[in-house]
Amino acid sequence: MSIEIVDGASASEPVLGADEELKGRSPRELAWRRFRRNKVGIIAGVFTLGTLLSSLFAPFICKVLGLDPNELHLDQINVSTGLPKAYLGGISWEHPLGLLPGTGRDLLSQLLYGSRISFLVMILATVATLFVGLLAGITGGYLKGRVDATLGRVTDFLLAFPSFFMIVALAEPLVDRIQRLGIAHGNSARILFLIIILTFFGWTGFSRLIRSQVLSLSERDFVTAATALGASRTRIIFQELIPNLWAPVIVVLSLSLPGYLTAESVFSFLGIGVQPPGFTWGLLISNSTQYVTNMPSFFLIATVSLVLVVLAFNLLGDAVRDALDPKADK
Amino acid sequence: MTPIVKVENLTKHFPIKKNALARRAAGNVKAVDGISFEIAPGETLGMVGESGCGKTTAGRTIIKLYEPTGGKIFFEGEDITKVSPAAMRSYRSKMQIIFQDPFSSLNPRHTIGRIIAAPFEIQNITPEGGVKRAVQTLMERVGLNPEHYNRFPHEFSGGQRQRIGIARSIALKPKFIVADEPVSALDVSIQAQIINLLDDLQTEFGMSFLFIAHDLSVVQHISDRVAVMYLGKIMEIAPTTDLYAAPHHPYTKALLSAVPVPDPNTERTRERILLHGDLPSPMNPPSGCVFNTRCWKAQDRCRIDEPELLQIGASSVACHFPE
Repeated sequence: MSIEIVDGASASEPVLGADEELKGRSPRELAWRRFRRNKVGIIAGVFTLGTLLSSLFAPFICKVLGLDPNELHLDQINVSTGLPKAYLGGISWEHPLGLLPGTGRDLLSQLLYGSRISFLVMILATVATLFVGLLAGITGGYLKGRVDATLGRVTDFLLAFPSFFMIVALAEPLVDRIQRLGIAHGNSARILFLIIILTFFGWTGFSRLIRSQVLSLSERDFVTAATALGASRTRIIFQELIPNLWAPVIVVLSLSLPGYLTAESVFSFLGIGVQPPGFTWGLLISNSTQYVTNMPSFFLIATVSLVLVVLAFNLLGDAVRDALDPKADK
Repeated sequence: MTPIVKVENLTKHFPIKKNALARRAAGNVKAVDGISFEIAPGETLGMVGESGCGKTTAGRTIIKLYEPTGGKIFFEGEDITKVSPAAMRSYRSKMQIIFQDPFSSLNPRHTIGRIIAAPFEIQNITPEGGVKRAVQTLMERVGLNPEHYNRFPHEFSGGQRQRIGIARSIALKPKFIVADEPVSALDVSIQAQIINLLDDLQTEFGMSFLFIAHDLSVVQHISDRVAVMYLGKIMEIAPTTDLYAAPHHPYTKALLSAVPVPDPNTERTRERILLHGDLPSPMNPPSGCVFNTRCWKAQDRCRIDEPELLQIGASSVACHFPE
């Protein structure tokens, strides 16, 4: 705090500023201030927000731009090669990112609509992972003893499990089961399967992290102080422990959001996830690999979109974690 | 007058398990092994001893942060030994603890205001004039700027943090406070301030203290009586002036001779007692008198018979051959 006192008359203003300073700022204000100083974080945040919003409002955006993801433009496709007739994969004012080869669908609208399913899987799987992981981690770390030992063995088992092959093997029978139970049908059943199975194998690492944090936190004196004041378990968990778990939660959030996004793409690519006529980023990328040499723009646009979103999530996660750490004042 | 706290033959053993599956303990760490004493209202009992002698465990067991293994604890004449953790909550406003490490005793995510308000919130007490007023009065009382209400612990120095911890402990005006090495982590100049603050607060509120420390001069300054602990047992308990003027137990004597004298001439010529060997393992304490492995006066009897605390003048001493 630097206060320059020039003369008596103008001194009143800086003193007022000093009063304000002493009131202190709320934690959220402080975090926001720290976040605002991080340019990379701001850019990543704006990009992420923009992507999520345009995914949410995809129908609206497409209407404004006059695009339809299902409309075929066969007249603009070269019949013998299947590629768009125009240069650069048919990039034009009408079709900002060009056309899909073969059918002549608009790529931008396909990306926007496709992102809705990809993001849905990503967000729901992350939320479920956080919930299960927090619950298991806090339970094990705080109750210790036999509960912790049991949870630990379950975690070990799931971590040692070859989950990728399991997902591939289980896809057909489980999707079938979901459909027969009448919970969901077609692509919705496959989306549900992806969310459940990704969470089932995904919560363990996070739960480990939370458990170790809770173990170390619950031995700290401020938790003992709360006990000495007669605080209930609920209060200790929610007021003393959970506020100190933000850092690992943010780290996991920034790693598992893009992780699940790529996982969805991988499984759709392999034909386990959403299948045509539905479309997701994974399917688009899968489709584009056939045209890497003939029409690189399609492949580049599809993969670079995925890379950019994943990168933005990671950078945003980093920035938010730094902003939330009261000790990270540089 | 009923003592605020009375402890009878208190023991606290920590079982050691070889692995997570073993049902039976492989051994016990006898952190506190049969201690008895009383603390009168408004009195300060100092508790000294080297690291690992069970001072902190004793302090925490007395206010039932640990479940005692054996013995009895009376608080204001009531037996609280078997009171369940849930039922202890109503006693918590009367007994408090001040911690050694001011860096881990405050939740880094809570503001100072929230930390000091926690006692009111947890015990469901609305002080006169509202919680915020009460917190700011407390902050002022312990020498903090009440305008720092919304700041976070990391913005304060060690001494200031210790003041925050003290404000939290005295918020509900407890009758008994366990001060667990409250100044050991602080600079000497800050130590004096904190000790004077505790002294003033005691006069103002009339609380009793169990003042745990390893610095004998600090204990001498603040205590009415002093208990000397060694390997989970009390070796000697005596009024401060008596203990420092005429220690009866060899261990007390050795401890006192380790205190440097602030006069170079006396310091150079005075006789110092050097204890040889290490503190024996509290898992397997020596038979007879626990101090016999390091005592220069030890005889066969000391290795067989455990000495009881016996009255000598105003002091109680556990030694077969007191001075």
